[in-house]
Amino acid sequence: MKTRRIAKRHVEEGIFKVLMIGSFALISASLGFILLTVIVRGLPALNLAMLTQTPKGGYYLGKEGGILNAIIGSLYLAGGGTLLALLFSLPLALFLKVYTTHSLWSDTVRLALDVLWGIPSIVFGAFGFTIMLALNMRASLLAGIIVLALLELPIMTRAMDEVIRMTPFDLEQASLALGATRLETAIHVVLRQMLPGIVTAILLAFGRGIGDAASVLFTAGYTDRIPTSLMRPAASLPLAIFFQLSTPFPEVQRRAYAAALVLTLIVLTISLGSRWISGRLSKYVVK
Amino acid sequence: METHIEIRNLNAYYGDNQALKEINLEIPRQQVTVIMGPSGCGKTTLLMSLNRFLELGDSTRLSGQVLIDGEDIYALDVDVTEMRKKTGLLAQRPYPLPMSIYDNVAYGLRIHDLCKKGHEMDAKVKHFLEEAGLWNEVKDRLHKPAVGLSIGQQQRLCLARGLAVRPEIILGDEPTSALDPISAQHIEKRLLDLKKEYTIVLVTHILRQAKRLADYVVFMYLGEVVECGLAHEVFEHPRQERTRAYLEGQF
Repeated sequence: MKTRRIAKRHVEEGIFKVLMIGSFALISASLGFILLTVIVRGLPALNLAMLTQTPKGGYYLGKEGGILNAIIGSLYLAGGGTLLALLFSLPLALFLKVYTTHSLWSDTVRLALDVLWGIPSIVFGAFGFTIMLALNMRASLLAGIIVLALLELPIMTRAMDEVIRMTPFDLEQASLALGATRLETAIHVVLRQMLPGIVTAILLAFGRGIGDAASVLFTAGYTDRIPTSLMRPAASLPLAIFFQLSTPFPEVQRRAYAAALVLTLIVLTISLGSRWISGRLSKYVVK
Repeated sequence: METHIEIRNLNAYYGDNQALKEINLEIPRQQVTVIMGPSGCGKTTLLMSLNRFLELGDSTRLSGQVLIDGEDIYALDVDVTEMRKKTGLLAQRPYPLPMSIYDNVAYGLRIHDLCKKGHEMDAKVKHFLEEAGLWNEVKDRLHKPAVGLSIGQQQRLCLARGLAVRPEIILGDEPTSALDPISAQHIEKRLLDLKKEYTIVLVTHILRQAKRLADYVVFMYLGEVVECGLAHEVFEHPRQERTRAYLEGQF
């Protein structure tokens, strides 16, 4: 009797193992396929000219030039947007921790952020566009940065909030026992302890921002030039991909894949860089 | 013996559960007072009421008074963060702050602005590490992360950190229960030395430790103080039946 029962449990385990390995394989395969497509189609079209030149005359008809305008534009847009969002996100996340834990106020704020997280980026873009019209602004780098900041804010804040909430209470207790205020504890202890998680939250938001097309479509516009002023339009990689894929010329379409590859490599570099920074910073973290 | 802390009619509730029942106690100055009893008797609750840590929980309620040097710490006009400077806590599991060893000790000095940066602070950090018996082991790696220390060293670091804010009272919540015997012995020795300057209140469930350290003993059971008095009197001639039963190891 006993051995039959044990055998049954081993079979259950075996089935679940197969399911888990199966799902992992499926996800890896899908991810691999996407990356493979981008690399196989994009790599041939990726050359030095693509990375160092802006589109010249007939770029969209298949002639020379590159996507430097979009690369720099994207870095400015997402970089600026992430920094701007960080300026508001970090204090908000700390505020949620320090002064409220389970009050109605904090629950409402969290709900609002969760809802904002789910709003499609085109709505953010449309919102930004409406404000721009009201203020008589034209499509510009600044408008794009502001809208991306709005887009990234809920993601960054909520992700930081989730991380900060996991601070071990005994650690806070140790600080409070020394006569520290809740704010001092939040800044000197909680922040340092949760820094790796906070860096991940920032990265998450950056990744969303740099890859977004709909929000920058009307607000940042597009240009073939490298942005030199906040008040002029700026190009972005997602839009570059879109425009190039929309042309009927296969050479230009291949360039779209090259642009997608560049975007992926940028996110990869930033990702690895942040992990390195976060690793250096976490040597003080208490396990 | 002069009284440092006086507890009057203290009651504490966790939600509907009453953890402390009409506690009336006097804790003497510059002596080691040990609060002992079986698990769940309210020892840690009583300890946490002395530095107003109980109110950090969600559904805790308190009534009564705790007077330190004659002043009720639960009075409405008391600044909690200033008040907590008077009591240092040595927790069961040592929790160093996520900083270097130096910064851990300097943390209290910095937030309360107790001394100037530079040589003065270096000297103070050294002094408190010496008082905690840790200086010789860390003097060459002051700026390394505190988490690199062994658990016994971490507990001594927490002691140094707590002493740096110049408390009058040291509260210990089973401070050696997570440590190996050698580190535990080290901490016990330090506490015995420190009682010359500080009032020490310890919670322990190790009877032998209580006998080694206590000058004054409080025996608690199910939220009440069953017996209290001088250590040798309580250990050798307990007046209450329950005390005798506990000392004989019946529960």
